[in-house]
Amino acid sequence: MERRVDIEVVYTTKLFNVTGVKEMVKKEPAKKDKLPVVAEKTLLEMYKKIYATRRFELTCIDLYRQGLIRGFLHPYLGEEAIAAGACTAINADDYIISTHRGHGHCVSKGTDLKLMIAEIMGRETGLCKGRGGSMHISCKEDNNLGANGIVGGGIPIGTGAGMGIKIRGTSQVVVTFFSDGASNNGVFAESINLASIYKLPVIFMLENNHYAVGTKVEFSSGDCNLAGRGPAYGIPGVCVDGNDAVAVYNATKEAAERARKGEGPTLIEANTYRHGGHHVNDPGLYMDQELLKQWKERDPMIVLQGKIQDEAKIKKIEEQIDGELEEAVAFAKSSPEPSVDEFLQSVINE
Amino acid sequence: MYREALNRALYEEMKRDPLVFIMGEGIAEFGGTYKVTDGLWKEFGLERLIDTPIAEASFTGMAVGAALVGARPVIEHLFVDFTMLVMDQIVNQAAKYKFMSGDQGTVPMVMRTQGGAGNGLAAQHSQSLEALFYHIPGLKLIMPATPYDACGLLKSAIRDDEPVIFIEHKLLYMTKGEVPDEEYLLPIGKADIKRAGEDVTLITYSAMTLKCLEAAEALEKEGISVEVVDLRTLTPLDKETVLASARKTGRVIIVHEACKRGGIGGDIASMIMEEAYDDLDGPVIRIAGKNTPIPYNLNIEKVSIPSVEEIVAGVLAMV
Repeated sequence: MERRVDIEVVYTTKLFNVTGVKEMVKKEPAKKDKLPVVAEKTLLEMYKKIYATRRFELTCIDLYRQGLIRGFLHPYLGEEAIAAGACTAINADDYIISTHRGHGHCVSKGTDLKLMIAEIMGRETGLCKGRGGSMHISCKEDNNLGANGIVGGGIPIGTGAGMGIKIRGTSQVVVTFFSDGASNNGVFAESINLASIYKLPVIFMLENNHYAVGTKVEFSSGDCNLAGRGPAYGIPGVCVDGNDAVAVYNATKEAAERARKGEGPTLIEANTYRHGGHHVNDPGLYMDQELLKQWKERDPMIVLQGKIQDEAKIKKIEEQIDGELEEAVAFAKSSPEPSVDEFLQSVINE
Repeated sequence: MYREALNRALYEEMKRDPLVFIMGEGIAEFGGTYKVTDGLWKEFGLERLIDTPIAEASFTGMAVGAALVGARPVIEHLFVDFTMLVMDQIVNQAAKYKFMSGDQGTVPMVMRTQGGAGNGLAAQHSQSLEALFYHIPGLKLIMPATPYDACGLLKSAIRDDEPVIFIEHKLLYMTKGEVPDEEYLLPIGKADIKRAGEDVTLITYSAMTLKCLEAAEALEKEGISVEVVDLRTLTPLDKETVLASARKTGRVIIVHEACKRGGIGGDIASMIMEEAYDDLDGPVIRIAGKNTPIPYNLNIEKVSIPSVEEIVAGVLAMV
């Protein structure tokens, strides 16, 4: 299936043609010829988030296999650059709203790994006191409005956070993460239109990992040019390489500036590919293995390492994260479970 | 008038708190289908009276998001029937957020809508769907019958930190009633004994309250003393008032317009039998809507929901 080329703004001319959907974008405005230079400090911050997410997910899979995590677990493996790029481009008091595949967003917003692991293990010390788990993880302190068990469910909520910001009169923005799967839900069309009408400070971050559970984007979308849906509702649609944290960072930065100036929302389609199936127990055998191999060669960690080129600094970050994660797991394991008596007492009059 | 009382509540709360805003279809200059928001835009501007496209699910979700970041949204759905388009946002999102976030956040939003039969609007504009919301933990549910209750409870709903479903009745908008000049609030979760009596208790809410009062009036002439308990708030339910009245009269009829099957009456009847069985003189009875879509034709529409005569007959059969 061919991609249309009339996307308003693009950041990378030749993105990649490993998606199986041909080359993406040709048109590029002159002012974009020189991409902004990203400071090394920012690159390292993004690398830290990507590495932390990678290790976090692998740790969770391990804990799941040990029976310490129950329910569903949807790893963000392979997609880490999107959350890292987007969350680094916004301020600490900006909001994000996440998805069922939400650990990476939470990590990248800077949330304490201890509290995250404890939540995913259902402990009293977790962010949500063990009531939410992986699919509902949220962090008020970091303005993460939370993951969501309903695909697309967060899109209108993120849009409404933008309205709330407008009513309160602050200059914050919201990054609403969702997927190619959610982009075919009715609330996507409604919300993007609503945000456009009211010029809300919302960045719609469409993580196109090419699969809605097990259905390929080509089978679920009449037109695979998902970024092109922005201009259809009167807002810019931007298409970026989602495995390149810098590309996501730059696109988000510009969208956030636009939003803060009152110029309204932007749709960013960040292309990526899951490293595995839909959830921890899905081996993803339906996925194109050759394509997966190509995407893995462009792993978000490899792409960013290529831009940093300072092995000592990278190593230092990795050691720091490994230590934090070890502590986080120990903290969660030694944390109590929620009290059954207290729970029953709290619902007695409901 | 009921409609004016609601308008006053919105006006006072918007005046008091700049974070209160209203979203809905045609609620600004048009003033809403039943004119509840009439004229508010002139005072508060179009930044706080926000007309939406026909996008019920998403503007409801927007209320959830706006509430989460500290605003106080009040949204209006023209008909309760249309809220079937927004169930994900109400049931899975708004109702759950406080609990599943471990009390990190709350959703202080009010969803106003109206329901009920009686205007020839047929099956998709006349339903009584409160039982669907009643069933969901995490929601408050208010259905006022009088202008006084409507104003005081809507104000409290807007100030409440949790999501409130506020269902009006289309036949009540033009009804009259006393409302004091000075500002007042009414507590959520408190029933009101609209008429005290000794022989039979009628437990009801919304427009059926008026029919029950009419029935009680007629029965008084027969020498039967009827107590009318108007629940006003369905969630939280004022069990104390319901049980006290049941114990006092020993004979209870629950009256509602919604279909009998799966209606709130069944739940309240069970609760009374579980907790006050020894004080009852007989089984708790339900008088409720027929298990049918609401018809268009006037004659068959009338018989699809309880009438004053049916309530009178129900009481007479009991004493």
